Amino acid sequence: MNLPMLWIIPALPLAAVALNLLFGDRLGKKGTSFLACGAVGLAFAAAIRAVLTLAARSPEERQMVETAWTWFRVGDFSADVSFLLDPLSAIMVLVVTGVGFLIHIYSIGYMAEDPSFRRFFLYLNLFMFAMLTLVLADNYLLMFVGWEGVGLCSYLLIGFWHEKQSATDAGKKAFIVNRIGDFGFLLGVMFLIAWTGSVNYERVFAAAPHLFVAGGSIITLATILLFVGATGKSAQIPLFVWLPDAMEGPTPVSALIHAATMVTAGVYMVVRSHVLFEMAPATLEVVAVIGAATALMAATIGLVQNDIKRVLAYSTVSQLGYMFFACGVGAFGAGIFHVMTHAFFKALLFLGAGSVIYGMHHEQDMRKMGGLAGKMPITHLTMLLATIAIAGIPPFAGFWSKDEILAKAFATGHYGIFAAGLLGALMTAFYMFRLYVLTFRGKPRFEEHAAHGHADAHGHDAHAAHGAHDDHGHDHGHGGPVKESPWSMTVPLSILAVLSVAGGWVGIGKPFIHGESWMATWLEPVLGHGPHMKHLSAPAEFALMGLSVAVAAFGIFMAFRAYLQQPSIATAVRERFAGVHNALYNKYWVDEFYGAIAVTPIHQGAMRLWRFWDEKVVDGTVNGVGYVLEGVSALLRLFQTGYVGTYALFIAFGVLALFLHFLRS
Amino acid sequence: MIPVEWSLALSAVLFTIGVVGVLVRRNALVIFMSIELMLNAANLAFVAFARQQNSLDGQIFVFFVMTVAAAEVAVGLAIIVNVFRLRETVFVDEINLLKG
Amino acid sequence: MVPYLFLGFAGLLIATALMVVLHKNPVTSALFLVLSFTSLAGIYLLLQAEFIGMVQIIVYAGAIMVLFLFVIMYLNLQHDVEKGAQIAVRRGIGWMVGALMLLFAGLIVRNGGFSPGPVQAVPPSLEGGNAQAIGRVLYSRFLFPFEITSILLLVAMVGAIVMIKGRPAADGAEGEKE
Repeated sequence: MNLPMLWIIPALPLAAVALNLLFGDRLGKKGTSFLACGAVGLAFAAAIRAVLTLAARSPEERQMVETAWTWFRVGDFSADVSFLLDPLSAIMVLVVTGVGFLIHIYSIGYMAEDPSFRRFFLYLNLFMFAMLTLVLADNYLLMFVGWEGVGLCSYLLIGFWHEKQSATDAGKKAFIVNRIGDFGFLLGVMFLIAWTGSVNYERVFAAAPHLFVAGGSIITLATILLFVGATGKSAQIPLFVWLPDAMEGPTPVSALIHAATMVTAGVYMVVRSHVLFEMAPATLEVVAVIGAATALMAATIGLVQNDIKRVLAYSTVSQLGYMFFACGVGAFGAGIFHVMTHAFFKALLFLGAGSVIYGMHHEQDMRKMGGLAGKMPITHLTMLLATIAIAGIPPFAGFWSKDEILAKAFATGHYGIFAAGLLGALMTAFYMFRLYVLTFRGKPRFEEHAAHGHADAHGHDAHAAHGAHDDHGHDHGHGGPVKESPWSMTVPLSILAVLSVAGGWVGIGKPFIHGESWMATWLEPVLGHGPHMKHLSAPAEFALMGLSVAVAAFGIFMAFRAYLQQPSIATAVRERFAGVHNALYNKYWVDEFYGAIAVTPIHQGAMRLWRFWDEKVVDGTVNGVGYVLEGVSALLRLFQTGYVGTYALFIAFGVLALFLHFLRS
Repeated sequence: MIPVEWSLALSAVLFTIGVVGVLVRRNALVIFMSIELMLNAANLAFVAFARQQNSLDGQIFVFFVMTVAAAEVAVGLAIIVNVFRLRETVFVDEINLLKG
Repeated sequence: MVPYLFLGFAGLLIATALMVVLHKNPVTSALFLVLSFTSLAGIYLLLQAEFIGMVQIIVYAGAIMVLFLFVIMYLNLQHDVEKGAQIAVRRGIGWMVGALMLLFAGLIVRNGGFSPGPVQAVPPSLEGGNAQAIGRVLYSRFLFPFEITSILLLVAMVGAIVMIKGRPAADGAEGEKE
């Protein structure tokens, strides 16, 4: 059997990291970018080859396991460094390497003037390695290694411009919040080790039905713990607070890590563990409710943000909520489908936003943009396609996945969640087109913003939190003509635009074609049919589609109406519901809440511990030992006179003592 | 035959004289001679016991002790000569190089 | 006859040893030391250790004492000046320690109990004399320690020469610094 060498896929970016570390200073920018992009491109090619080999097999045999070496062995327990390629990880690995490759190329243009160009690609490649380890691992422990690895790279890249206080703070926040989730994940894995004695997916899933009572407390607790890990990594309630701040990082990072790949790791993990989750209906309910709540909450916050990247960040949180409630209602395939389409259009949106920021000389406030459509035609066109895709207009990619999620929620009888999803879809369409309109349509507001700055509609809350400025020490000023970005940025945009349009077509199923969609068929060996998934009738499907399209269209219409044709509407609504707007604008004061209940007490407690325990007890002990030794040695030093006579006298005393000893015995 | 106690008592006296010499004198050379006295006291005890136990081992030990004493005197006197060159003295209470 | 000889030698030994310790002039001390070593050799003879007695005279009274005298004269020392309160204190302590030690040692000797132990006695064979007997034991049972002593003496010789050479070594040290 000709194995396609799975290990080479994560090894290539790692090799690039090593080469970059060793020889990076001699390569120059061209060499560095060639090395970094080449490694990821080769990894993409290797992934395609591996997936093609996989696809050539019959569906039942679509599973490749490749053990590189045994990591460690303790008694009966052993963990291997081994890789698994099955239809599920195949999708993930293609998305990660493919989108990752495009973003690498994009970064060449975007980061061209950064003095830390080489470090950026170092981290980016390291991230690719960790992410590929995560998705290709065939056991929870190796997955955890990748999981922590992407967390580390996320931290490094958010705080990439470390001379900026807000960036380092955001990095730390992301890392610490993720730690909470990771702790849950680790506990969950330990749970599985304790009960099944293994971390290998196949063995755990095979053992689970015999060991656990379906719906029992043990399996529920274990899956809840795993899900806690997922909420951390995938920014769900209550641990979503780090993702919006993560926009402090360079925009390609936001696109790659905080939109397309890393944040979907939680979804991937839940889908990977679907066997366990399906045994715990209570957990699934929790997942569904949290997903829906997150989707709704993040969407409402996204309505009023003015920073272009922050809108996208909240949109990401919201879309991740969709993926989770898809999992929660049992539609794991739909969740993964949405992961894929979301990777395409959200990466495109972020890269487009990056292109706008680049063109606008590091301006991120949408109120200071406008009318860019003519000046940046490619960026405008691609962004428009992505916006339509996320809003859910057929036949764009986002429509198919979102509609499938909503349909599954409806079909399984989760009507409340379905309603929340629909409302979320309305708001998604609205805020995304608000972003589009404010950025690309209307009159340019950036040349006269100095004169009209405070008379502007949003002027007075401009001081509030929108710290995410992509300003990294190169003050281009706000002058200079706004022009289209270089080819290294526009080409990835165009490719992603094509995917945003067509990427969803693999998921077209009933009622348009006979039988299951290609996507569902592909995932079937992993996910099975789904135990309680009943199908809606064709008219009901069409009705649901019509409903969601209508909702999306209404959102789009509202956005155009309120921000392009009659800006007074937006102002009036804002003034009418000032309290609500304030709550939304300040993100429901969640950060402040966490600060009050967790950060401040811990901080103060740590201060007290430091003052008492560290300074008094620990330092006191250390210094005390020092003082005692000093005193004793000062005494002992009296005996060291340096005169031979004194020493001879001591020897004589010793001889006397010996004599005494002989006398007594 | 001379009782072993006589020899031992003589050995003890000789040893004590050596000790006193080391403690009361300040001339390094005399101290050295006192040390030789102490070594000889030990030798005397060895020989006395060899006689008492009718064995040659004690005498063999004396032979070795003498060898060591010879080596020690050679090296020790070299040290004293060196110290004298550096300090112009052989009085041990004027030499405290050992103090750290 | 023998006990009287022993007592005579013992008295001479103690007297000369005291003179070694007490005399102000190191040269005189050294000469008294020669005398005490010689009387000790006499005692060895009385204890039937003829070889050791001879070696005592040759090595101690001969070689070692010549070395002492040579060094004393090389250094051209004056009489020791032994005055001052500090030195008085030292003498007091020294004599006290000595008295105490003599008391303890005397008590130990008086307690006795020096009976032959379980040592497998090799009787000094008198035919051919004591020297032959020692030679036989030295070159059989104690061959290895005997050879080691030759290395010890070599090392001591080399060490003494290196230390005494002195000044040229200082030039070498300067050379090392460069």
